[in-house]
Amino acid sequence: MSGFFKSSIGRKVSMALSAFFLMFFLLQHLSINILSVFSPELFNEVSHFMGTNPVVQFALQPVLIFAVVFHFVMGFILEIRNNKANGAKYAKNNGAANSTWFSRNMILSGITILAFILLHFIDFWFPEINTKFIQGDWSGTMPGVDGFRYHEELVHKFTNPLRVGAYVLAFVFLGLHLAHGFTSAFQSVGAASLRKKLEKVGIVYSILIPAGFIFVAVYHLINH
Amino acid sequence: MNLTLKIWRQKDANSEGQMVDYQISDVSDHMSFLEMMDVLNEQIINKGEQPVAFDHDCREGICGMCSMYINGEAHGPDRGVTTCQLHMRMFNDGDTITIEPWKAAAFPVVKDLVVDRSAFDRIQHAGGYISVNTSGNTQDANSIPIPKQDADTAMDAATCIGCGACVATCKNSSAMLFVGAKVSQYALLPQGQVEAADRVKNMVAQMDLEGFGNCTNTGACEVECPKGISLDNIARMNRELMKASI
Repeated sequence: MSGFFKSSIGRKVSMALSAFFLMFFLLQHLSINILSVFSPELFNEVSHFMGTNPVVQFALQPVLIFAVVFHFVMGFILEIRNNKANGAKYAKNNGAANSTWFSRNMILSGITILAFILLHFIDFWFPEINTKFIQGDWSGTMPGVDGFRYHEELVHKFTNPLRVGAYVLAFVFLGLHLAHGFTSAFQSVGAASLRKKLEKVGIVYSILIPAGFIFVAVYHLINH
Repeated sequence: MNLTLKIWRQKDANSEGQMVDYQISDVSDHMSFLEMMDVLNEQIINKGEQPVAFDHDCREGICGMCSMYINGEAHGPDRGVTTCQLHMRMFNDGDTITIEPWKAAAFPVVKDLVVDRSAFDRIQHAGGYISVNTSGNTQDANSIPIPKQDADTAMDAATCIGCGACVATCKNSSAMLFVGAKVSQYALLPQGQVEAADRVKNMVAQMDLEGFGNCTNTGACEVECPKGISLDNIARMNRELMKASI
C-alpha cells in the first residue's frame, strides 16, 4: 500500500482525499459563520462548543491541520514534478480551446488561498491558540463583553474594509479552485460516474460556499 | 490560399531548435495538412535546403504516427482527427500557422517535428498485453460471454492509436489517458482479468519512470484526442490501481 501512495496515481488520490475533508470542513465552517448574522447568541454557543470540545480540539483540529498542510505541500510537489515533466514550452499554446482557465491554474488559486490562510491565522487562529493554550483561558469570555467573546471578535475584525476586501478576493479564488476541485476529486478517486452526476452540485457548491463567506464578511462591515 | 508558416526547426536531438518562417502559396482547400507540408518540402528541396522532417505513415488517421502541434493544439483546430485528416479548409487565406513538435520531457525531439515516442512502447511492454497461447489453440470468440456494454467500452478504449496528443496537450505532460485506455481495454474483458493487478501496477510504474507528469483532470486530453478516448478510462485505471494495491 505504501507503494501506491508513492505512485503518481496514489499522490492524486491522496490529494483528492484531503480535498474531500477540506470541502466538508468549509461547509461546516460556513454553517457556523452564517449563524453570526442571524443569531449572535447561537453563534457564540456553537463557537464555544467548537473551541472547547475535546474531540474537536484534540482530534478533529489536528486532522484539519494535517489535511491543510498535506494538501498544500503535495500540491507544490506535484506542480514541481509536472513542470519538470513538461519540458520546453510551446511558442503557441491554445489552452482555452480544450480546458477551463481555473482547471489549468489550480496552483495560482491555491497560492492565493494559502496567502489568505496566513492572514486568517493571524486574525483568528493564532490569537485563539494564544488565549487557550498559552494564557490557559478556556472561559470564552473577555473583559468588557457580556457573555461569550466570539461574536464581538468576529465583528471587530470585519470593520476594516481593507481586510474585508482581501477576504472577498481570496474567496473568489477559493470559488475558482472549488469549481475545478470539487468534480476533480471524484475523478481522482475513480468515481467517474459520480463526477458527471455531481457536476451541477459542484457548480452550486463552488458558488455558494465563497458567496456565503463573502456575505458574512460584507454584512458585518456594513452593519457595524 | 496563401499562408505564412512558423515551423520548429531542430537539426538533431542535441541541437537547439528555433521557429523559422516560410511562405507558401496556392494551397488548395482540399489538401490535407500533410499534403500542404509535402508541397512546402518540395519548395524547400528545390532551393537545396533540408526539408522539414515530420512523422507520417498511413495518412488515414489510424496509425498514430503524425504528430504536430498546430496553432497551439495537438493535431490542429479540428476535433476527432489526426494531422493527416486535418484539411486546409480549416484555415483562411493569409493565415499564419504555427507548427511545433509534441513538447514533453518524455518525448524528446529527434529532428524538426519528429519526436521519440518509444516511452509509450516501453509502457506497453510493461503490461499492455495478455499472455495466451495462440499457436493453433485459439478458442471460439463466442465461448466466453461478454456483455455488449463491456465489449463496446473495451473497444472504445482500444481505439487509442498511441499518437501522444494527450501528452502533448496536457499542461503536465501526463500520459494517463493513454495508459488509462490501455489498462481499460483489458480490464473490461474476462481475458484481461488474470494479469489485471500486475498489468496496472507495472504500466503505471513504467509511466512514472518515463517521466510523464501527473494528471490534474483538466480534461484537455479528452478534447484533443483524435479518437475521443474518454476520461472515464483514467478513472478506471485509478480504480484498478487501488484494487491492485489493497
